[in-house]
Amino acid sequence: MSEIPFTHILMLSTALFFIGAFGFLTRRNMIAMLMSLELMLNSVNINFIVFNKYLFPNNIEGVGFTIFIVAIAAAEAAVAIAIIINLFRNTKNIDAENADHLKY
Amino acid sequence: MSGSAIAFYGIAAFVLITGLLTVTTKKLFRAAIWLLFSLIGIAALYFWMEVEFAAAVQVIVYVGGIVVLIIFSIFLTHQEGINMPSALTKRSIFAGLAVIAAAGYTCLLLLNHYWMKGSDEVFDPSVNKIGHLLVANTAESFVLPFELVSVLLLAAMIGCIVIALKAQPEKK
Repeated sequence: MSEIPFTHILMLSTALFFIGAFGFLTRRNMIAMLMSLELMLNSVNINFIVFNKYLFPNNIEGVGFTIFIVAIAAAEAAVAIAIIINLFRNTKNIDAENADHLKY
Repeated sequence: MSGSAIAFYGIAAFVLITGLLTVTTKKLFRAAIWLLFSLIGIAALYFWMEVEFAAAVQVIVYVGGIVVLIIFSIFLTHQEGINMPSALTKRSIFAGLAVIAAAGYTCLLLLNHYWMKGSDEVFDPSVNKIGHLLVANTAESFVLPFELVSVLLLAAMIGCIVIALKAQPEKK
Protein backbone atom coordinates (compact mmCIF):
# COMPACT_ATOMS: atom_id res chain seq x y z
CA MET A 1 0.00 0.00 0.00
CA SER A 2 2.72 2.46 0.89
CA GLU A 3 4.59 1.98 -2.39
CA ILE A 4 1.93 3.91 -4.28
CA PRO A 5 2.49 7.64 -3.87
CA PHE A 6 -0.74 9.16 -2.73
CA THR A 7 -0.53 11.76 -5.47
CA HIS A 8 -1.55 8.95 -7.82
CA ILE A 9 -4.82 8.57 -5.97
CA LEU A 10 -5.25 12.35 -6.09
CA MET A 11 -4.63 12.25 -9.82
CA LEU A 12 -7.32 9.59 -10.16
CA SER A 13 -9.78 11.83 -8.35
CA THR A 14 -8.70 14.82 -10.46
CA ALA A 15 -9.30 12.87 -13.65
CA LEU A 16 -12.68 11.69 -12.38
CA PHE A 17 -13.67 15.24 -11.43
CA PHE A 18 -12.81 16.59 -14.87
CA ILE A 19 -14.55 13.70 -16.60
CA GLY A 20 -17.64 14.75 -14.65
CA ALA A 21 -17.06 18.39 -15.59
CA PHE A 22 -16.78 17.42 -19.26
CA GLY A 23 -20.06 15.54 -19.07
CA PHE A 24 -21.72 18.46 -17.30
CA LEU A 25 -20.59 20.86 -20.02
CA THR A 26 -21.46 18.71 -23.02
CA ARG A 27 -24.58 16.77 -22.02
CA ARG A 28 -27.92 18.30 -22.92
CA ASN A 29 -30.18 15.88 -21.09
CA MET A 30 -30.84 16.88 -17.50
CA ILE A 31 -30.59 13.35 -16.09
CA ALA A 32 -27.24 12.87 -17.82
CA MET A 33 -26.06 16.16 -16.33
CA LEU A 34 -27.12 14.89 -12.91
CA MET A 35 -25.04 11.74 -13.44
CA SER A 36 -21.97 13.86 -14.27
CA LEU A 37 -22.59 15.77 -11.07
CA GLU A 38 -22.55 12.52 -9.09
CA LEU A 39 -19.16 11.66 -10.58
CA MET A 40 -17.79 15.04 -9.48
CA LEU A 41 -19.13 14.63 -5.94
CA ASN A 42 -17.55 11.19 -5.72
CA SER A 43 -14.15 12.49 -6.74
CA VAL A 44 -14.39 15.03 -3.91
CA ASN A 45 -15.18 12.20 -1.51
CA ILE A 46 -12.09 10.30 -2.65
CA ASN A 47 -10.01 13.40 -2.01
CA PHE A 48 -11.31 13.80 1.52
CA ILE A 49 -10.51 10.20 2.40
CA VAL A 50 -7.08 10.24 0.78
CA PHE A 51 -5.97 13.39 2.59
CA ASN A 52 -7.33 12.00 5.82
CA LYS A 53 -5.61 8.64 5.47
CA TYR A 54 -2.21 9.72 4.19
CA LEU A 55 -1.62 13.10 5.83
CA PHE A 56 -3.65 13.05 9.04
CA PRO A 57 -4.06 9.41 10.03
CA ASN A 58 -4.62 10.31 13.67
CA ASN A 59 -7.97 11.99 12.82
CA ILE A 60 -11.03 10.69 11.01
CA GLU A 61 -12.71 13.98 10.14
CA GLY A 62 -12.34 13.29 6.44
CA VAL A 63 -14.45 10.15 6.69
CA GLY A 64 -17.11 12.09 8.61
CA PHE A 65 -17.21 14.78 5.92
CA THR A 66 -17.50 12.08 3.26
CA ILE A 67 -20.58 10.78 5.01
CA PHE A 68 -22.06 14.29 5.17
CA ILE A 69 -21.39 14.78 1.45
CA VAL A 70 -23.04 11.47 0.61
CA ALA A 71 -26.14 12.45 2.60
CA ILE A 72 -26.33 15.87 0.94
CA ALA A 73 -25.77 14.30 -2.49
CA ALA A 74 -28.71 11.96 -1.85
CA ALA A 75 -30.94 14.92 -0.93
CA GLU A 76 -29.74 16.87 -3.97
CA ALA A 77 -30.36 13.97 -6.36
CA ALA A 78 -33.85 13.42 -4.96
CA VAL A 79 -34.82 17.09 -5.32
CA ALA A 80 -33.29 17.30 -8.81
CA ILE A 81 -35.21 14.23 -9.96
CA ALA A 82 -38.46 15.59 -8.53
CA ILE A 83 -37.90 18.81 -10.48
CA ILE A 84 -37.02 16.89 -13.65
CA ILE A 85 -40.16 14.74 -13.40
CA ASN A 86 -42.32 17.81 -12.85
CA LEU A 87 -40.69 19.55 -15.81
CA PHE A 88 -41.26 16.48 -17.98
CA ARG A 89 -44.89 16.40 -16.98
CA ASN A 90 -45.33 20.01 -18.05
CA THR A 91 -43.23 20.16 -21.21
CA LYS A 92 -42.66 16.50 -22.30
CA ASN A 93 -38.98 17.32 -22.68
CA ILE A 94 -36.02 17.35 -20.32
CA ASP A 95 -33.34 18.93 -22.47
CA ALA A 96 -31.62 21.71 -20.61
CA GLU A 97 -31.82 24.00 -23.62
CA ASN A 98 -35.60 23.76 -23.86
CA ALA A 99 -36.18 24.64 -20.23
CA ASP A 100 -36.21 28.38 -20.80
CA HIS A 101 -39.75 29.30 -19.75
CA LEU A 102 -38.52 31.59 -17.02
CA LYS A 103 -36.09 33.37 -19.30
CA TYR A 104 -38.35 35.68 -21.29
CA MET B 1 4.98 -4.26 -8.64
CA SER B 2 3.12 -5.73 -5.74
CA GLY B 3 -0.41 -7.07 -5.70
CA SER B 4 -1.67 -4.00 -3.89
CA ALA B 5 -0.28 -1.69 -6.57
CA ILE B 6 -1.76 -3.82 -9.34
CA ALA B 7 -5.11 -3.74 -7.55
CA PHE B 8 -4.96 0.05 -7.28
CA TYR B 9 -4.12 0.66 -10.93
CA GLY B 10 -6.77 -1.85 -12.00
CA ILE B 11 -9.41 -0.10 -9.90
CA ALA B 12 -8.28 3.31 -11.18
CA ALA B 13 -8.50 2.21 -14.81
CA PHE B 14 -11.92 0.65 -14.19
CA VAL B 15 -13.27 3.81 -12.53
CA LEU B 16 -11.92 6.14 -15.20
CA ILE B 17 -13.06 4.03 -18.17
CA THR B 18 -16.57 3.53 -16.82
CA GLY B 19 -16.74 7.22 -15.85
CA LEU B 20 -15.72 8.23 -19.36
CA LEU B 21 -18.34 5.91 -20.83
CA THR B 22 -20.91 7.46 -18.48
CA VAL B 23 -20.40 10.89 -19.97
CA THR B 24 -19.99 9.83 -23.60
CA THR B 25 -22.41 6.98 -24.32
CA LYS B 26 -25.36 7.77 -26.54
CA LYS B 27 -28.12 5.96 -24.69
CA LEU B 28 -29.23 7.33 -21.34
CA PHE B 29 -29.95 3.98 -19.74
CA ARG B 30 -26.49 2.71 -20.62
CA ALA B 31 -25.03 5.85 -19.06
CA ALA B 32 -26.84 4.99 -15.84
CA ILE B 33 -25.43 1.45 -15.88
CA TRP B 34 -21.90 2.73 -16.51
CA LEU B 35 -22.36 5.16 -13.64
CA LEU B 36 -23.34 2.19 -11.48
CA PHE B 37 -20.09 0.41 -12.35
CA SER B 38 -18.07 3.55 -11.75
CA LEU B 39 -19.57 3.97 -8.29
CA ILE B 40 -18.88 0.31 -7.49
CA GLY B 41 -15.28 0.91 -8.55
CA ILE B 42 -15.07 3.85 -6.15
CA ALA B 43 -16.42 1.63 -3.37
CA ALA B 44 -13.68 -0.87 -4.26
CA LEU B 45 -11.16 1.98 -3.95
CA TYR B 46 -12.47 2.71 -0.45
CA PHE B 47 -12.06 -0.97 0.41
CA TRP B 48 -8.54 -0.80 -0.98
CA MET B 49 -7.82 2.16 1.31
CA GLU B 50 -9.27 0.13 4.21
CA VAL B 51 -12.07 2.59 4.92
CA GLU B 52 -14.74 -0.07 5.11
CA PHE B 53 -17.47 2.15 6.53
CA ALA B 54 -17.19 4.66 3.70
CA ALA B 55 -17.24 1.80 1.20
CA ALA B 56 -20.39 0.40 2.78
CA VAL B 57 -22.04 3.84 2.74
CA GLN B 58 -21.01 4.23 -0.89
CA VAL B 59 -22.57 0.91 -1.89
CA ILE B 60 -25.75 1.43 0.12
CA VAL B 61 -26.48 5.08 -0.67
CA TYR B 62 -25.03 5.54 -4.15
CA VAL B 63 -25.31 2.14 -5.78
CA GLY B 64 -28.45 1.11 -3.95
CA GLY B 65 -30.17 4.46 -3.69
CA ILE B 66 -29.20 7.19 -6.11
CA VAL B 67 -28.60 5.01 -9.17
CA VAL B 68 -31.92 3.25 -8.63
CA LEU B 69 -33.57 6.67 -8.31
CA ILE B 70 -31.92 7.77 -11.56
CA ILE B 71 -33.04 4.60 -13.35
CA PHE B 72 -36.60 5.11 -12.13
CA SER B 73 -36.60 8.67 -13.38
CA ILE B 74 -35.22 7.53 -16.74
CA PHE B 75 -38.12 5.12 -17.08
CA LEU B 76 -40.57 7.81 -16.02
CA THR B 77 -39.32 10.37 -18.53
CA HIS B 78 -38.00 8.49 -21.56
CA GLN B 79 -38.59 6.03 -24.26
CA GLU B 80 -35.45 4.33 -23.08
CA GLY B 81 -34.37 2.88 -26.44
CA ILE B 82 -33.86 6.15 -28.28
CA ASN B 83 -30.55 7.94 -28.58
CA MET B 84 -29.94 11.17 -26.77
CA PRO B 85 -29.38 14.28 -28.87
CA SER B 86 -25.69 14.37 -29.58
CA ALA B 87 -23.56 17.07 -28.05
CA LEU B 88 -22.81 20.13 -30.14
CA THR B 89 -19.45 19.57 -31.84
CA LYS B 90 -18.10 23.02 -31.09
CA ARG B 91 -19.12 22.80 -27.48
CA SER B 92 -17.60 19.37 -26.95
CA ILE B 93 -14.32 20.44 -28.57
CA PHE B 94 -13.99 23.50 -26.35
CA ALA B 95 -15.19 21.65 -23.25
CA GLY B 96 -12.68 18.88 -23.96
CA LEU B 97 -9.84 21.35 -24.40
CA ALA B 98 -10.73 23.24 -21.23
CA VAL B 99 -11.10 20.04 -19.23
CA ILE B 100 -7.82 18.55 -20.47
CA ALA B 101 -5.97 21.79 -19.77
CA ALA B 102 -7.44 22.08 -16.27
CA ALA B 103 -6.76 18.43 -15.44
CA GLY B 104 -3.20 18.67 -16.72
CA TYR B 105 -2.57 21.82 -14.73
CA THR B 106 -3.99 20.26 -11.58
CA CYS B 107 -1.85 17.15 -12.01
CA LEU B 108 1.19 19.36 -12.52
CA LEU B 109 0.42 21.18 -9.28
CA LEU B 110 -0.04 17.87 -7.49
CA LEU B 111 3.29 16.54 -8.67
CA ASN B 112 5.26 19.71 -7.90
CA HIS B 113 3.74 20.51 -4.55
CA TYR B 114 5.79 19.70 -1.50
CA TRP B 115 3.58 17.49 0.65
CA MET B 116 4.27 17.55 4.32
CA LYS B 117 5.12 14.27 5.89
CA GLY B 118 2.07 12.56 7.32
CA SER B 119 2.29 11.40 10.90
CA ASP B 120 3.08 7.77 11.48
CA GLU B 121 0.05 6.95 13.57
CA VAL B 122 -2.24 4.18 12.52
CA PHE B 123 -5.31 5.18 10.56
CA ASP B 124 -8.28 3.61 12.30
CA PRO B 125 -11.65 4.52 10.76
CA SER B 126 -13.68 2.03 12.76
CA VAL B 127 -17.41 2.48 13.07
CA ASN B 128 -16.95 3.10 16.77
CA LYS B 129 -14.70 6.10 16.15
CA ILE B 130 -16.89 7.44 13.37
CA GLY B 131 -19.91 7.26 15.65
CA HIS B 132 -18.01 9.16 18.33
CA LEU B 133 -16.98 11.73 15.73
CA LEU B 134 -20.54 12.27 14.58
CA VAL B 135 -22.70 12.16 17.70
CA ALA B 136 -20.53 12.02 20.82
CA ASN B 137 -21.11 14.60 23.52
CA THR B 138 -17.70 16.28 23.17
CA ALA B 139 -16.45 19.55 21.79
CA GLU B 140 -14.80 17.86 18.78
CA SER B 141 -17.84 16.01 17.55
CA PHE B 142 -20.11 17.06 14.70
CA VAL B 143 -23.46 16.88 16.46
CA LEU B 144 -24.83 20.15 15.07
CA PRO B 145 -23.94 19.41 11.41
CA PHE B 146 -25.30 15.91 11.89
CA GLU B 147 -28.65 17.26 13.08
CA LEU B 148 -28.64 19.86 10.32
CA VAL B 149 -28.13 17.14 7.71
CA SER B 150 -31.00 15.19 9.25
CA VAL B 151 -33.28 18.21 8.98
CA LEU B 152 -32.02 18.86 5.46
CA LEU B 153 -32.88 15.31 4.42
CA LEU B 154 -36.35 15.61 5.93
CA ALA B 155 -36.91 18.95 4.18
CA ALA B 156 -35.64 17.48 0.90
CA MET B 157 -38.01 14.52 1.16
CA ILE B 158 -41.01 16.77 1.86
CA GLY B 159 -39.92 19.12 -0.92
CA CYS B 160 -39.64 16.22 -3.39
CA ILE B 161 -43.14 15.04 -2.56
CA VAL B 162 -44.54 18.55 -2.92
CA ILE B 163 -42.71 19.21 -6.21
CA ALA B 164 -43.44 15.88 -7.83
CA LEU B 165 -47.03 15.70 -6.66
CA LYS B 166 -49.51 15.70 -9.51
CA ALA B 167 -51.50 18.94 -9.48
CA GLN B 168 -55.08 18.38 -8.39
CA PRO B 169 -57.68 19.08 -11.04
CA GLU B 170 -59.67 22.16 -10.20
CA LYS B 171 -62.87 21.45 -8.34
CA LYS B 172 -66.01 22.96 -9.77
